[in-house]
Amino acid sequence: MTLMTVILFLYLLSAAGYIVFLFIQKPVLHRLGFGMLTAGFLAHTFHIGDEFVRLGFFPVHTLHHTLSFTAWTLAGVYLILKYRYRLNILGSFAAPLAAVVAIAAVCIPEVPTEYGHQLKSIWLILHVGFIFIGQACLALACGAGILYLIQDHAIKSKSNRFFLKRLPSLELLDVTGYMFIFTGFTMLTIGLITGFIYAHQVWGRFWSWDPKEIWSGVSWLIYAALLHGRLTSGWRGRRSAVMAIIGFAALVFTFLGVNIFLEGHHDKFTRW
Amino acid sequence: MINSPDGSTDLPVRSGPDLPDILLIGINHKTAPVALREQLALSTDETDQALEFFQKSPNISESLILSTCNRVEVLMAVSDRDAAVATIKNLIARTKAISMDQINNAIYVHSGEEAIRHIFRVAASLDSMMLGEPQILGQIKTAYRSAVRKKCTGLIVNRLMHKAFSTAKRVRSETGIGGHAVSISYAAVELAKKIFDSLDDKTVLLVGAGEMAELAVEHLIHSRRSGGLLVANRTFSIGADLAGRFKGTPIRLEEIPAYLKLADIIISSTGAPGYVITGDQVRPIMRQRRNRPLFFIDIAVPRDIDPAVNRIPNAYLYDIDDLQGVINGNIETRNKESVKAERIVDEAVLRFKDWFENLDALPTIIALRKKLYAIAEAEMARTIPSLGGLPAGDREAIQKMIDAMISKILHAPTVFLKNPGGHRNKTVYLDIARKLFNLDDE
Repeated sequence: MTLMTVILFLYLLSAAGYIVFLFIQKPVLHRLGFGMLTAGFLAHTFHIGDEFVRLGFFPVHTLHHTLSFTAWTLAGVYLILKYRYRLNILGSFAAPLAAVVAIAAVCIPEVPTEYGHQLKSIWLILHVGFIFIGQACLALACGAGILYLIQDHAIKSKSNRFFLKRLPSLELLDVTGYMFIFTGFTMLTIGLITGFIYAHQVWGRFWSWDPKEIWSGVSWLIYAALLHGRLTSGWRGRRSAVMAIIGFAALVFTFLGVNIFLEGHHDKFTRW
Repeated sequence: MINSPDGSTDLPVRSGPDLPDILLIGINHKTAPVALREQLALSTDETDQALEFFQKSPNISESLILSTCNRVEVLMAVSDRDAAVATIKNLIARTKAISMDQINNAIYVHSGEEAIRHIFRVAASLDSMMLGEPQILGQIKTAYRSAVRKKCTGLIVNRLMHKAFSTAKRVRSETGIGGHAVSISYAAVELAKKIFDSLDDKTVLLVGAGEMAELAVEHLIHSRRSGGLLVANRTFSIGADLAGRFKGTPIRLEEIPAYLKLADIIISSTGAPGYVITGDQVRPIMRQRRNRPLFFIDIAVPRDIDPAVNRIPNAYLYDIDDLQGVINGNIETRNKESVKAERIVDEAVLRFKDWFENLDALPTIIALRKKLYAIAEAEMARTIPSLGGLPAGDREAIQKMIDAMISKILHAPTVFLKNPGGHRNKTVYLDIARKLFNLDDE
């Protein structure tokens, strides 16, 4: 059994704990979910560090590695949130998502790829690190948005008491979502800027109309519009939740769809 | 080795008739209409007088009186059940001018296990008109304090009450019987907390200053530490009156659209025939409020607030039927939880019954004998092997000696426990004996 399987197992246990918690609201369940996620995250941190040392560069050069790194940032960002907010229910979104991404990572075999010195650039590490942490924040913002829409519907329709009882207040979901979008957008911006610098070093230009670049730009604009709307004309609540979900869909397409359906200079990072 | 006793005993003991009976007599909302309950309800002074009367009565060794608006109950430890029941009935007939027929129709009498279960269920709010309501436990505690102050309680009632309190606490913490609102004002607050993270600093706008509005706002105001209150009423002075009592600001009905910008929770209860607040009024307000949520609670019939309001994003409207729907759902949840609660009560009743039955002389003496034989056997098992092969005759002699010693040691305690003296409370000595020799493994 490889370390990655153990990590996946811990994530799955955590997801199970959080999902059962959604149905049976016993504190022991979300504590179990939290404990397992923490254990999984620590093991995962060790695993990624170990790969880094073994390979001599930041291990994000294949789809296996990028997915693994995505699961790690998702777990990490949720754990940080746990310290600041009492939103245990968001774990029912974050832990299963991390587990699903980890499953995908395990299923996709590691393939040896030739790589050049370009993978060792500090700008690349910063670019990938910031983008992925930003993505994890925006994934959780999407989760908060989904929970917001469910709770909004439960209150308006007056029929679904299952969610009404279990989900927190709309205000808390909205504020948490906003906080995630703000943080995620900042990370994404820094990630894009470091990406430009890296591109300039490697290809000699900041922007080359690569499909991935275009879609990153689209995602960035969606979030920029959302934040602008919130600050200037009070886009909060429902509309903010819907935008968070749309924005995240664009991000997922940028991450996976572009590599699968379109071509560009990022494709070797998702080769399998 | 040693023959340990098998539970039968050669000591001449038998269950004495002097172990008191636990008796509970009362009426409640299920057996008596409010008119009769009113008549029977006891004031604090009357309760004290009744307790004094019971203290003097020869059949009653311990007593406690619980009188609330839904029930009047007397819990007692008695030596003669029938005589005690007659005493109570006569007392009621004499002091309350109620015919014996009426009393007999409404009153229930429980004794032994049934009485224990009843008082546990009452304390756990399983017998309340509104299942799970929290006041009853406080009322029982007050009743118990009064009885203790009058020195009317003893070993049995004290333990019974302490167990009733701990059982009620367990029911409350381990089941959802007290969870979720079952009144209009509580349901409104519960819902408001699903929209707003905290009710602090939220502004409440009352439209209509009637009694319903006051009831609804009272709980809402108590659920928050700060925030404004606005009162709009057709007759300005009445609104100003209510606003004054809750430190709010009175406004005129025509000003409502302007103040919707400031308010977060609107409670409407006017007698107006048409809508007081329409969707067209609210829609432009949401923009000005920068989409901060608005919660409308319409408790008026006919309704005050246009149902179209609920379709506006970030505005939520609950009318009286919607609130009733929430309450019904919560009552259903409580009913489901009551099954769990009954099981907790059953456990507690069984444990109490065990303790109570052991207060009799016979089981205590048997337990004492068992304990002594267990000690003798353990010591023998340690000593005999070190003596080498002992002849069978010697063994028998040692066995006889042990039997004789245990019999003699137990003689005086047995005689005393069976009859500690005419005026003494036997149960107290039995309890002490059990504790002294740790017979209950507590």
